[in-house]
Amino acid sequence: MSEAVPESHSTAPILEMRGIVKTFPGVRALDGVGFHCGRGEVRALVGENGAGKSTLIKILSGVYQADSGSILLEGSAVAFNHPVESLAAGISVIYQEFSLLPDRTVADNIFLGREPVRRGIMDRARMRRETREALALFGSGHGIEPDSLVSELGIAQQQMVEIAKAVSLEARVVVMDEPTAALDENECAVLFSIIERLKQRGTAVVYITHRMREVTRLADTVTVLKDGSVAAEFDHLPEPSRIVNAMVGRALADFYPPAAAPEEIGDPVLTVRGGGNDRLFDIDFDLRAGEITSFAGIQGAGRTAVALALFGRDPFTRGTVTLAGKEVRFKRPREAIRAGLTIVPGDRKAEGLFLMQPVIDNGMVSARAFAGMLGSHKGSAALTTAGMEALFDQLDVRAADYDQEIQFLSGGNQQKVVVARWLSLAPKVLIFIEPTRGVDVNAKAGIYDLMRELARGGAAIMMVSSDLPEVLGASDRILVMREGRIVAEHRRGVSEATIMADATGHVEVAA
Amino acid sequence: MSEGAVRKRQESRSRRRLPAINPIWFVLVALIVALIVYNPYFVQPVGYMNFLKRAAPLAILAAGQVYVIVSGGFDLSVGSTITLTVIGSSMLLDNDPDATWWVIALMYAVGLAVGLVNGLVVSVLRVPSLIATLGMMITLGGVALVWSGGAPRGYLPDTFRYFGRTNILDVPVVNILPVSLIVLAVFDGALWWLMHRTNYGRLVHAVGDNPRAAMLAGIPVTRVRVIAFVLSSLSAVTAGILLGGFAGVSTDVGRGYELQAITAAVLGGAQLLGGRGSVSASIAGALTLTAIFTLLNFVGLPQPVREVVQGVILITAVAYAMHRRRHAAR
Amino acid sequence: MSLSAAPARRPRIRFETVAPAAILAAAVVIYVVLIVATGQTHYLSAGNLVGVLSRSIALAITAIGQTFVILTASIDLSVAALISASAVLASVVMGGDPAMIVPAIAAVMALGAVVGLINGLVVAKLEVNPLIATLGMALIIQGCLSAFVSNFAGAVPRTFQFFAYGTFFGLPFSLVVLGALVVLSWFVLRFTRFGANIYSVGGNRDAARFAGIKTARVTIAAHVVCSLCAALAGLYLASRLGSGAPWIGREGMYDLESIAVVVIGGTILAGGRGGVWGTVAGVLIFALIDSLFNIVGMNAFAKQVLRGIIIIAAVGFYSVRSQRIAA
Repeated sequence: MSEAVPESHSTAPILEMRGIVKTFPGVRALDGVGFHCGRGEVRALVGENGAGKSTLIKILSGVYQADSGSILLEGSAVAFNHPVESLAAGISVIYQEFSLLPDRTVADNIFLGREPVRRGIMDRARMRRETREALALFGSGHGIEPDSLVSELGIAQQQMVEIAKAVSLEARVVVMDEPTAALDENECAVLFSIIERLKQRGTAVVYITHRMREVTRLADTVTVLKDGSVAAEFDHLPEPSRIVNAMVGRALADFYPPAAAPEEIGDPVLTVRGGGNDRLFDIDFDLRAGEITSFAGIQGAGRTAVALALFGRDPFTRGTVTLAGKEVRFKRPREAIRAGLTIVPGDRKAEGLFLMQPVIDNGMVSARAFAGMLGSHKGSAALTTAGMEALFDQLDVRAADYDQEIQFLSGGNQQKVVVARWLSLAPKVLIFIEPTRGVDVNAKAGIYDLMRELARGGAAIMMVSSDLPEVLGASDRILVMREGRIVAEHRRGVSEATIMADATGHVEVAA
Repeated sequence: MSEGAVRKRQESRSRRRLPAINPIWFVLVALIVALIVYNPYFVQPVGYMNFLKRAAPLAILAAGQVYVIVSGGFDLSVGSTITLTVIGSSMLLDNDPDATWWVIALMYAVGLAVGLVNGLVVSVLRVPSLIATLGMMITLGGVALVWSGGAPRGYLPDTFRYFGRTNILDVPVVNILPVSLIVLAVFDGALWWLMHRTNYGRLVHAVGDNPRAAMLAGIPVTRVRVIAFVLSSLSAVTAGILLGGFAGVSTDVGRGYELQAITAAVLGGAQLLGGRGSVSASIAGALTLTAIFTLLNFVGLPQPVREVVQGVILITAVAYAMHRRRHAAR
Repeated sequence: MSLSAAPARRPRIRFETVAPAAILAAAVVIYVVLIVATGQTHYLSAGNLVGVLSRSIALAITAIGQTFVILTASIDLSVAALISASAVLASVVMGGDPAMIVPAIAAVMALGAVVGLINGLVVAKLEVNPLIATLGMALIIQGCLSAFVSNFAGAVPRTFQFFAYGTFFGLPFSLVVLGALVVLSWFVLRFTRFGANIYSVGGNRDAARFAGIKTARVTIAAHVVCSLCAALAGLYLASRLGSGAPWIGREGMYDLESIAVVVIGGTILAGGRGGVWGTVAGVLIFALIDSLFNIVGMNAFAKQVLRGIIIIAAVGFYSVRSQRIAA
């Protein structure tokens, strides 16, 4: 653990955590972790999924209690048994899933659980006034009114409300857990400038992220967690490669499999001409066998809407879709799947998995959905449980037992099971939405390899991803969307700046 | 979790499924022992056969209800469906034994229609199943009253009452065999097979576990769910035919059965809001509930106490399940 | 990005706030047209309209309590049984003696508080599904009640019948009580921290807990409010019928109807959105439908059939728009 305090941060740390140990049944989640963050310091907390970042933050905020170790706040020991105690002590955590109430106003949310009361009646005038004061941090033009309902706000604005709440609580430490996960590049820029302002106010900012670009852009200092302990600590911003090496012990370049050779790319499998609905306009594109086609763009540009339209949710109302030479128009997912169009959803837990069911059933589900309902649960000639298990082995699904409930598998293995589900149907087109979200770094490479394998096997792959390096590294062709239209097409090898320029419509991009 | 940690964890964890034997069986065995202690006559074929005969309608109902529970809903209309079956049959038969077969067929058609409406209202109109089936309960109760004019007349001929009342005598080993037990074995055997040995059984689990993922995986969610409601309604018609033979005609013959069926399924470990449940354990739950009621009778507690006990059992069973899930969560 | 489309900006005017008013207006129009068409214009007198409202007092009182629990994302199916128990308890304790009015009211309210407390504790602390918890409670109450009485029991003194039949500045006293209850509930929900907490717990329980709100207490309190309202409805029915019987709650179908009018009033079953004025609109809609039945002279059993269908249709009208695919 480093004792040295860099000159740029002259004061003693506001926050210090020492020798934190936390054990869950069967897993030692944290093993003597030390962590600190000073006034006006932005400290990046990085590590793979499962490295212990979330556990550490939950101990800091009082959601969990450490088995041993201590937390010092401005030099004095504290112990939090409930999130409300850490809030009172000036520690605000902004989680990935916002803890806002969509049907309440901004002011209601900022004063959630601590509404000022005068003679038994809530003092709404004061709530409005103080909300305005807290929002003033963002300058003007943020478009948030104290009486706006949160559900009327965009995602970036909702995040601002979270930050305003932290400001209004006079937080000394603000923890942000992957705050850019749902933001587009412009919104990220706004967020970064807000963090800059928090820093100027002397707030200690702990910034949890997966994205190396954000670390280099924002952070003053870095702590790397790996398997529940501190793998490295940098009190100055190091070379990104050193951070990555500390995280995974291998270099980024190995991540992506090679692009498809020209002779591997076949005929168009899926063709859209003049596709459009309420949100999409003049959509023209082909998906070719053997090729990975990525859809890039900022949030709300319509990438997922294209996938949904193909799949029969909010379908195209104009234009034609041709699948394997036949014009098609799907009204529901089942029809699309039957025709060979499949989707690996982005939000695995909500849209992909049956958490209480065994791994094998999660894999078999789609084969069963198209087999006779009275057929044996062991499967038919087309696909037996043994055949499914062979498919799992082929994809290297790691589970103690395929009869184990799938909730106990890691994100990467869960993703492979969802892919195996579709492979059992031999699909013509596979759409991957955010294929590596919540998948740890090592397993990511496995997913990219898998996508490439599938393409080699003759499938057309469409990927929708907000992770720009992934779009650049894993695809053969990149379509950029903006405001419901496809505005550019690039081959692999295009620069990040070009894509951002296309995606935002601005020639120069602050990046 | 990194792959390393996962492997480590997996080594320390063997099979992570529910314990091999559902605890409801131990409870049932304990209760049967208690019954025998109270009443040694219970070990005689006539004793336990009468017990099974009394339990048969509930065991059938519970096996149907567990489909709806596994699919993520409730079916509170089964009690009224039973009443409607009994009232409707008595009105239609009107002392004519020759009509038995077509009346039974017609009642199954009514059950099919009720299940279809329940399932479609829940799936297509997206009305929470509790409200949809409570509304159905009121509606069917009203239909039964309108039909009978409030006071049931007519009676059920022996041909109809055969299923619920008759015992086949001189059967080897057990001496007597109630016809209702054969109905129970056939109906619940079929439901067990469908739930635990077919694609449909796995699909209904998936739909109850995560309906959104089920839709995106290509499962015909509406069809799966409607079938679950239809099975529950058909089980109610079957139970109604047995009860008509066993208990005779009245306008409240089915009252309370909906909650007994849910209690039985929950006792058998079915998870409210879907994803888990077993037909055989629900039957065990039904036998357990009947055994408790029988014990209360032996002890001499008045009828209304049964309701109180059942309410306590229902809440306790769910509270116990929640407690276990909380502790298994980590 | 997930497959559920990004939360698009929703318009400020919401379906749930407009629909109750629209349905109410439609119900009024149908009511008036039917009356004029059948020539029974005497139904349009002020006296008759007040009468229409008065018939729905018990439902309205119960539904106001139900609004509180539904706003916290819970539900109470024990209200019908509690109404019966309260009415019986009131009439038995009073036994026709005016001196026993106050003790009887105290006993009934205590019963309501205890039932609400148990419901709330079982739901919030034992985490039992509220449908099951309150259905179980309904069984327990009904069983206890049936063990003691099987028919009308006891009697309320004449003075107590003032609650149901008395007038206050020309208005039925019961209507005044109801009005006061509505305004009080609105005030509590809109202007107090307890009200804010109810919306917060119903909107996002975890967020509320993380913000330091004692969510279990809020849920329990909402259940107590609901049961107290049901107890009050029981007192009203005892006053109106002159005595309590163990089936009056079930016969009035107050459990399902109170939920239905809350939903029709735009309060969503998932909790966190809605309010007491919508519930009032819902009650009015049901009251108008009921008196339409009377105008056309429908038989009681057929009425029951139609009520069941109307409840399903009404809830379906609201829920069919939702993207939810849960059962």
